Amino acid sequence: MREIQAKELTAVIRRLCIEANCHLPGDVKERICACRGEEPWDQAKEILDRIIENFEIADRRDQPICQDTGVACVFLKIGQELHIEGDLTEAVNEGVRQGYTEGYLRKSVVADPLRRVNTGDNTPAMIYTELVPGDKLEITVAPKGFGSENMSQIKMLRPSDGIEGVKDFVCKVVEEAGPNPCPPIVVGVGIGGTFDKAAYLAKKALMRSVDERHPDPFYAELEEELLRRINALGIGPQGFGGKTTALAVNVEYFPTHIAGLPVAVNINCHVTRHKTEVL
Amino acid sequence: MAIQLTAPLSTEEARKLRSGDSVLLTGTIYTARDAAHKRLCELVAEGKELPFDVKDAIIYFVGPTPAKEGQAIGSAGPTTSYRMDAYSPILIKEGLTGMIGKGKRGPEVVAAMQEHGAVYFGAIGGCGALLSNCIKKAEIVCYEDLGAEAVRRLEVEDFPVVVIIDSEGNNLYESGRKAYLESI
Repeated sequence: MREIQAKELTAVIRRLCIEANCHLPGDVKERICACRGEEPWDQAKEILDRIIENFEIADRRDQPICQDTGVACVFLKIGQELHIEGDLTEAVNEGVRQGYTEGYLRKSVVADPLRRVNTGDNTPAMIYTELVPGDKLEITVAPKGFGSENMSQIKMLRPSDGIEGVKDFVCKVVEEAGPNPCPPIVVGVGIGGTFDKAAYLAKKALMRSVDERHPDPFYAELEEELLRRINALGIGPQGFGGKTTALAVNVEYFPTHIAGLPVAVNINCHVTRHKTEVL
Repeated sequence: MAIQLTAPLSTEEARKLRSGDSVLLTGTIYTARDAAHKRLCELVAEGKELPFDVKDAIIYFVGPTPAKEGQAIGSAGPTTSYRMDAYSPILIKEGLTGMIGKGKRGPEVVAAMQEHGAVYFGAIGGCGALLSNCIKKAEIVCYEDLGAEAVRRLEVEDFPVVVIIDSEGNNLYESGRKAYLESI
């Protein structure tokens, strides 16, 4: 069995926090530029130009793309043939602590949702683990801003609501969010599982490239139709009107109960950040 | 063509602005977001003096990233404004004439803006690196314990904003989207 020290993760997480916050993924950049090319509305074109200028400045200066450097969502895919020696949670949090402090990132976490005192170092991270075959460890850091997180919703639909019910709910969530989550947005949709599983799937869907459609043609078609419907709403960049309301819709599904049809919609802003490394 | 404006902003000037106007702001503005608004409004409720003069002031809803050496401020784009809806009418009544943020506002805020003469500006959300170019100086006024949420006095130069809601209640989110949909 392969063995690694938990503390080896700290340096990796530190670096991924800083890089993810300062450098937008290539697929998101390219999609924004492509949407700029297809946008017919003048004010929307102007805003997309500023958004492009902004991520170019962030790249050049190693500066955060957005001041909301988010809560650090850390996804760990742990090979079942790998033994991690030491305190994994503490190693991840130490990486976040170092990344956010030494990387000049904003500390946006309060220790208690009601008493609201800032932890001062952006810990704790939101850690999601998954066991997979093999002996590798895949680490993804996704800083998640709350302008868009706050616009996310979940609903337990009835099986009879079917695919039309799902489509209507996703569009309703985007419509209600309007300008608040900094459109153009990326929409993560989780369908099935349980109440909590659907929300997890929606978040996980946001980790997929905006260019990569679901491998199942049925869900790939659903993603494309949802994107067309959302971009027909006319909300546009920043909500001032235009074609470009969403950059992509990514759907993930999971088996569910005979009585249920859970649907979760997790919205991300145009600063859809995530960076992955394999140990 | 953008309108050049100087902050602080008088009620008279605020009332002249129209929804959809592009504005370049120069002068002194203040930052405050959720936690600072709560404290400011508690002071108003207690009849105490505020740590800065809100008369004719513009408040920018922002919590910047820390400045690196040689920078005035880190990335500094707007936060979503509706979270300040419970507080903004109280400060507008105290003389606040402008707010900079992004996203929708509630009817209670729009009513206070109409009654007292204030405007709601939008800056481009998610463009914190770009917008920080227009902030030349930043110093903490109060509530340093709040970290990014402390109240800061900013000196801005040609800071680009657009009037989303004017003092007559006209709303660019409604008119802009309608105009686009009618054009296609």
